[in-house]
Amino acid sequence: MSFEINGKTYETDEEGYLADLADWNPEIAGHMAKEDDCDLSENHWEVINFLREYYDQYQIAPAVRVLTKAIGKKLGKDKGNSKYLYELFPYGPAKQACKYAGLPKPTGCV
Amino acid sequence: MSEPTVKRFMYINRRAPYGTVYSVEGLEVALIGAAFEQDVCMAFIDDGVYQLKKDQDTSATGIKNFSPAYRALGDYDVTRLYVEGESLQARGLTEDDLMALTYEDEDDDWAEKPSIRLVSREELSGLIDQQDVILHF
Amino acid sequence: MLHTINKSPFEKNSLESCLRLAKPGHDILLIEDAVYAATSGTIVSELVEAAMEDKNVSVLGPDLASRGIDEARLLKGIGIVDYAGFVDLTVKNDKVQSWL
Repeated sequence: MSFEINGKTYETDEEGYLADLADWNPEIAGHMAKEDDCDLSENHWEVINFLREYYDQYQIAPAVRVLTKAIGKKLGKDKGNSKYLYELFPYGPAKQACKYAGLPKPTGCV
Repeated sequence: MSEPTVKRFMYINRRAPYGTVYSVEGLEVALIGAAFEQDVCMAFIDDGVYQLKKDQDTSATGIKNFSPAYRALGDYDVTRLYVEGESLQARGLTEDDLMALTYEDEDDDWAEKPSIRLVSREELSGLIDQQDVILHF
Repeated sequence: MLHTINKSPFEKNSLESCLRLAKPGHDILLIEDAVYAATSGTIVSELVEAAMEDKNVSVLGPDLASRGIDEARLLKGIGIVDYAGFVDLTVKNDKVQSWL
């Protein structure tokens, strides 16, 4: 699978996750969100940027439970809970946010 | 609803990293098992101790360096990484050669504690005996 | 003759078999998981040191770095080659054996 932004083609896997992490840019996140009828707010970006930093440090995309705990630690309890994260990313905070962040599907997601 | 059954899982890692896919696959399976909130620990014996060697740098080979992912094990509540001392010794290694892996102890005000536990062959044998499910990689 | 070995000496006997059958003067290059054989203080260190008396033992640098092994931990006298050095060894020798 693939999609195109400004004449450049980006490869994805069969579930729409970006094939090459290095291809990522913020426009890609915006494009993927639009396909899901989602407008990216500051709150979305906070999670997306957090995931990119997490991947940079650990080389894995965290499972939802791990993401929730880590967000809580970094951004506070009001954001480190499933309700808040599922409202932002209704398809599953780890899966959907990882996709927008250009990461592979989270380790521990089936 | 009844409480889900929590089983004691031990993943025994016996292979060096990079030369085969066993170690990276083993790590992934351990992380997946932990995400299902099972009681997961890992053991590193034989060449498996090399997985925890610090300062791995794959930049010249083009292979992905997956050693930073061991640092995430604490976040997944995998807080016990047993390393067999005899295996280290046979390879000219000591605990100082291994990455400093830690976890935050929920029951102790989130104090940072080491995840790596150096054990003797005999101690490890006893630990293996206490598990419900033992998987080898 | 160039011999390459890519298996850990603690898991497979490729190193042992190679050293048993290689002739004096042969080049031996340790790659992938065989680079662990080049480190000091292991249960195969003596075997490798004995081979170094009449054979040229070297190790592939990028594979050492991948596994986090510092040069200071190598047996004295082991040469480190990069990919270009690997090619040179292959060109220099009329025959290459890969011990799997």
